[in-house]
Amino acid sequence: MKNIISNINKAFDHRIRLGIMSILMVNEFADFTTLKELLGATDGNIASHTKALEKQNYIKVEKSFINRKPNTRYLATDTGRKAFQEHLDALEKLLNSGKNINNS
Amino acid sequence: MENKKYLNDLSEIREMMNRSSRFISLSGLAGVFAGIYAIIGAVLANILLSNHGSLYVSGDSSLNVDAEDPALQSSLTVIAVVVLVLAVATAILLTTRKAKKNNQKIWDNTSKRLVINFFAPLTAGGLFCLVLLQYELVGLIAPAMLLFYGMALINASKYTFNDLRSLGYANVMLGLIATQFIDYGLYFWALGFGVFHIIYGGVMYNKYERKKA
Repeated sequence: MKNIISNINKAFDHRIRLGIMSILMVNEFADFTTLKELLGATDGNIASHTKALEKQNYIKVEKSFINRKPNTRYLATDTGRKAFQEHLDALEKLLNSGKNINNS
Repeated sequence: MENKKYLNDLSEIREMMNRSSRFISLSGLAGVFAGIYAIIGAVLANILLSNHGSLYVSGDSSLNVDAEDPALQSSLTVIAVVVLVLAVATAILLTTRKAKKNNQKIWDNTSKRLVINFFAPLTAGGLFCLVLLQYELVGLIAPAMLLFYGMALINASKYTFNDLRSLGYANVMLGLIATQFIDYGLYFWALGFGVFHIIYGGVMYNKYERKKA
């Protein structure tokens, strides 16, 4: 049981961060506005959570100009993908073990 | 207690993965309308053709049709274009309405990807059908339309409801079967574009839209 909980990743223990990772897992990239609209969060909110994930090396930031307007796009790194997958597996195991305890 | 939070997490993850990669506002009702237009179009075409006693409805083999009647060809083209325009317009209208209800933007990354992946194989198929017309292999046009439309649907299904894939496979199979019954091309066409659309649209409407309305 201890083992399972240790795999629950604290870096993903927040709705917004979970959302950002989920979106980046199934998309090649997502830009700032897309994240903001999908998650229904404020600019500051998205900025601080992306920064936290970036610090962990889970996502990568690419800044460029599209039609002379600055554009920020985010990508999941391999480390991030692996960590998120492990987090999902841990969640699944945890929920399954919970079910067994309730049933018995 | 904790479990509830993790369950919420999981449903949140699933929703975000779907919402960010799939266009979920595609209207099922539009499929029903498209099917109805297609059947009306096929009935009109059948009337025109039986008046001319040629092509699909005649008994003799019609893989090659010579002595094309230009008036007949142009009126058939008009029917086809009107059916297509009506179907697409209805789909856009109903899908926009559904997107508004879902608070989703009609023209975002997901819908763009859906449109590109749907129309790329379909355009190739459309051009191929024009080539068939060029060589007067008219009998193969209906099967080819079904085949390419089915493949376009299979391709597009990755970017919207998975259910679209079944409609795609059904049309591909029907198209292949139709190649063996060249004389009945119009009936196969009506079955694939008409009946299948109505069934699919009805199922989708029941599954995703009715309970929310």
